Amino acid sequence: MQEVNTENEKFVPNIVAFCCNWCSYAGADLAGSSRLSYPANVKIVRVPCSCRVNPTFVLKAFQRGADGVILCGCHPGDCHYVTGNYYTRRRMALLFSFLDYLGIEKERTRVEWVSAAEGAKFSAVMNDFVRQVTALGENKRISDLRVKEE
Amino acid sequence: MQRIGVFICWCGSNIAATVDVERLAQLIKAEPGVVFSADYQYMCSENGQQLIKNAVKDYNLTGIVIGSCSPRMHEATFRKAAESVGLNPYMVEVANLREQCSWIHKDREEATKKALVLLRTAIAKVRLDAPLTAGESPVVKRALVIGGGIAGIQAALDIAEAGFPVDIVEKNPTIGGRMAQLDKTFPTLDCSACILTPKMVDCAQNENIDILSYSEVEDVKGFVGNFKVRIRRKARYVDETKCTGCKVCMEKCPSKKGLNEFNMNLNNRTAIYIPFAQAIPNVAVIDPTQCLKLKTGKCGVCQKFCGAGAIDYTMQDTFVEREYGAIVVATGFRPINVDAFNEYGYSDNKDVITSLELERLMNAAGPTNGVLLRPSDNTHPKVITFIQCVGSRDVSGCGKPYCSKICCMYTAKHAMLIREKYPDTEVHVFYIDVRTPGKNYDEFYRRAVEQYGVDYIKGMVGKVWNENGKLMVQGADLIENEQVVIPSDLVVLATAIEPEPSVRKIATLLTASIDTNNFLNESHPKLRPVESPTAGVYLAGVCQGPKDIPETVSQASACAAKVIGLLVKNHLKTNPCVARPDETACNGCSQCANVCAYGAITYVDKEFRIGGGKTETRRVAQVNPAVCQGCGACTVTCPSGAMDLSGFSTAQILSEVEAICRK
Amino acid sequence: MNALENAMIEKARDLLEKGVVKRVVGWERGEFAYDPSPATFESAQSLESFVYNDFCGANLSKYLIKVSKNEGKTAVFLKPCDTYSLNQLIKEHRVDREKIYAIGIECQQKLDHFAIEKIGIDGIREEKYDGDEAVFHCVDGEKRAKKEDVVLLRCLTCKSKKFAIAEDTVVLHEMTESCGDRFEEVRKLSGMTADERFAFWQNELSRCIRCNACRNVCPACTCIKCVFDNPKSGVAAKANDVPFEEQLFHIIRAFHVSGRCTDCGECSRVCPERIPLHLLNRKFILDINENYGEYQAGEESEGKTPLTSYQVTDVEPGDAVRKGEDR
Repeated sequence: MQEVNTENEKFVPNIVAFCCNWCSYAGADLAGSSRLSYPANVKIVRVPCSCRVNPTFVLKAFQRGADGVILCGCHPGDCHYVTGNYYTRRRMALLFSFLDYLGIEKERTRVEWVSAAEGAKFSAVMNDFVRQVTALGENKRISDLRVKEE
Repeated sequence: MQRIGVFICWCGSNIAATVDVERLAQLIKAEPGVVFSADYQYMCSENGQQLIKNAVKDYNLTGIVIGSCSPRMHEATFRKAAESVGLNPYMVEVANLREQCSWIHKDREEATKKALVLLRTAIAKVRLDAPLTAGESPVVKRALVIGGGIAGIQAALDIAEAGFPVDIVEKNPTIGGRMAQLDKTFPTLDCSACILTPKMVDCAQNENIDILSYSEVEDVKGFVGNFKVRIRRKARYVDETKCTGCKVCMEKCPSKKGLNEFNMNLNNRTAIYIPFAQAIPNVAVIDPTQCLKLKTGKCGVCQKFCGAGAIDYTMQDTFVEREYGAIVVATGFRPINVDAFNEYGYSDNKDVITSLELERLMNAAGPTNGVLLRPSDNTHPKVITFIQCVGSRDVSGCGKPYCSKICCMYTAKHAMLIREKYPDTEVHVFYIDVRTPGKNYDEFYRRAVEQYGVDYIKGMVGKVWNENGKLMVQGADLIENEQVVIPSDLVVLATAIEPEPSVRKIATLLTASIDTNNFLNESHPKLRPVESPTAGVYLAGVCQGPKDIPETVSQASACAAKVIGLLVKNHLKTNPCVARPDETACNGCSQCANVCAYGAITYVDKEFRIGGGKTETRRVAQVNPAVCQGCGACTVTCPSGAMDLSGFSTAQILSEVEAICRK
Repeated sequence: MNALENAMIEKARDLLEKGVVKRVVGWERGEFAYDPSPATFESAQSLESFVYNDFCGANLSKYLIKVSKNEGKTAVFLKPCDTYSLNQLIKEHRVDREKIYAIGIECQQKLDHFAIEKIGIDGIREEKYDGDEAVFHCVDGEKRAKKEDVVLLRCLTCKSKKFAIAEDTVVLHEMTESCGDRFEEVRKLSGMTADERFAFWQNELSRCIRCNACRNVCPACTCIKCVFDNPKSGVAAKANDVPFEEQLFHIIRAFHVSGRCTDCGECSRVCPERIPLHLLNRKFILDINENYGEYQAGEESEGKTPLTSYQVTDVEPGDAVRKGEDR
């Protein structure tokens, strides 16, 4: 037990964050200009809208070794493209629930609504998410669900 | 293989203090495709840009990556610089080394490592970048205004004033809308007709305005700058060009039992009629459901007496097709049907009326010539009780969940006018809250209470019943904490307003999105409040949300400003980062169109070769780049992956993900 | 020969002879009693090989995409649950409604040949139902089995005996709806720990040989070019060292058909490895029902699916997952 714990402490998870250009990416910018830090292992992919995020992107990230994937978009009702994040909400609710059903820890996936004014929220969310994924340890499951390769 | 140049900005010490920019510039050279890298103190400066331009020329760069501040800051700057030396501006990607790295990390080693990943990610994207060119589409310099109420009138006048032709399509025989029915307006109490009818006349006289009254929009095709609209001109049975508005026909018409819609059905009108004295156009119309000649073939009195020979019983609906660059929707509202509110007894008691009916009863041109008489026996009511929020802020399902916004003010107005004209009348108002934000609004309401002695009772009404000719209004007085019963002569319901139901059809035709209450959605609730998500479609008045006359007029003028801004352009530049379908993989399943908020996707049948010299016809999606806003919702919905988004392609995002996850 | 089969042949003959339709899609006798296969009949004579028995589990609606491209109308025999697939295809403009003559046919649960084999019955020449039992005339005599042991899994929790779309029907006996809860298994799995669930699926999915039978038979998997065959999609394997496609095939497939899957169960029926693939699709269906209101794909031939619509008040993704956990 002791050993596993120390290993987890050293473990630095790799996090992919998809951020919509209009709210969340701007929120991340605000976190930056406010010097609100979050771990360096969070890397952002800019997308026009959270509804651009295909489940394939999430799966690809996991399969390529990401330990956690988070999507950030405008708050429901504030979408730059009017309805985009409503579709995101349904898609990701179903996808994450499905991954959980397959035994892929639900703590590895998350959707957060972060506005352009919520730099503090962006930083807090990322800190929290990293903490959560770190506690889980390395993601092995999704890439070996079929134990065929590697 | 692309020839990529990487430019790393120090941003003074903003980046350089935490990220080892020089080492980074060295390390990144090892990336496949990178043929040049440099670091510089301020890439966005004149000299920094020059450095980029020179490198593009000297090294024949096909794509560039800038490691700098957020792309939201300087992406446009760097794209312009690239364009000035002949590189397509969309071959530029920015790695956000400041907001996403140097500003939030302290450890130099860690930050440098992350910066390297961010640069690699941008390189992965630029490798798959394709040159994109903004398209152009011409603009038809004519606007359409749907709805001829005060919103439509104001928008049309402003657009016409700027020199552009405008058509107003109004489904009723006259323009004027709801405002024409009102008696006085708050908070100034000036006469509604006195301020509205001159504007109606202005419309009629303006060379740039064409009023298509008694007409409806039948079909809309096209997109911003290029709408093609089919308009149904309903048969009026009166030649608009000949009728002089002399009203002889109305005097002679034997069918006098039609309900007068303009007076809220409180009195009758003839089968041939002009809705009201100041109607524009001042032209008669025949109600075909009432006219004896049209129903039975026997009569023809109006034709006989019409000196102008304007009557034509054989008239049919006609259609006109016109092209427009922009469309203003100003379809307005109606009061909701209050029959469902049994507790107020509207359908059982003639003396329970709606506020709009009261407007007509108080209007000098109304059924009682402005003398306030109650409908049941034409006597002066001595006790009048107003009930607020009838169907507004109602989550029971009977009414509307929203606040209708105008009721508090018009009830204060009614109460005040009644007390002014008939000081011996007792006026009570049951209210939940009194909401009076607006210039001089709260002062107006306070005048009703303080100066005119209107009795405001905080509480809701439970029941209204008729007892020996008196209307007993039972309600709660929350301040006194007691039940009260007020025997009244007249009860006025401040009826909730709802969007005119024809707006649903209009919204469908325009692919303009509509909310659960049938209000049209604006493109952004704060920053683009007069634009519909459908480009080139603008919203004025209550069709977008409850509002009073000053707000409606402001919004209409704002619409006009937007329309004028559009119509002055000869061409529209389109955003090249739009969806594009791969026809060879498209199933034509319509799922993409179902999620498109802009109606940018249509389908066509196309012939495809299927081998063996054979072809087959398939339904495939087409994206109108002038309409698509580039959100990408369709790309995810498409099961075959046929839909992709330029500038943010699936392959690009996947390769960015791979670059981030590369260990 | 049974009465139902006769009535169907008569119907087909009549339609062909009168020229109402150019062809009929049905089943053709196979080599053995248990392997009838979908076939198109273009003349009254060709109906000689027409068959309809308790082994006719195949859902014929998917064949219509191609067959109905031909000139003239096509008649098709559809069991109640198959009609939903046709409706869904019409909704997605994959089949032209005008060119289809749908005939709803009686179905009293279909047999699972794998299940029969598993309990040691083979050499079947003929089959019939006798109350709760299935009776097989085999080369080595008559054998009996409990119906619930030998019918297709999906038939134990039949979703409906209603025809979602049909011009005509051939139903001789009342159809009894089996009343099992089709989400029972999904709920059971959801109640396990993440580790247990992972072990369960790892055990199931690791048997997948990527034969693509599930995809090929699925009436919702009708893409002209499947993402798994399209190098441009970013999903298809580009090189052998990229196991992405291999590993995530079933997840992506289940997501692609979510909101569109009518739960016809063909995927599980044809899987040579007997992977309970329908449990993947049913998870989506259950989540949709619970989060966005009851929805049956294919109930209607127009309108939006749950994934192409939304409610302002929809549940947040995190809460949706937690909800599953509470069960």
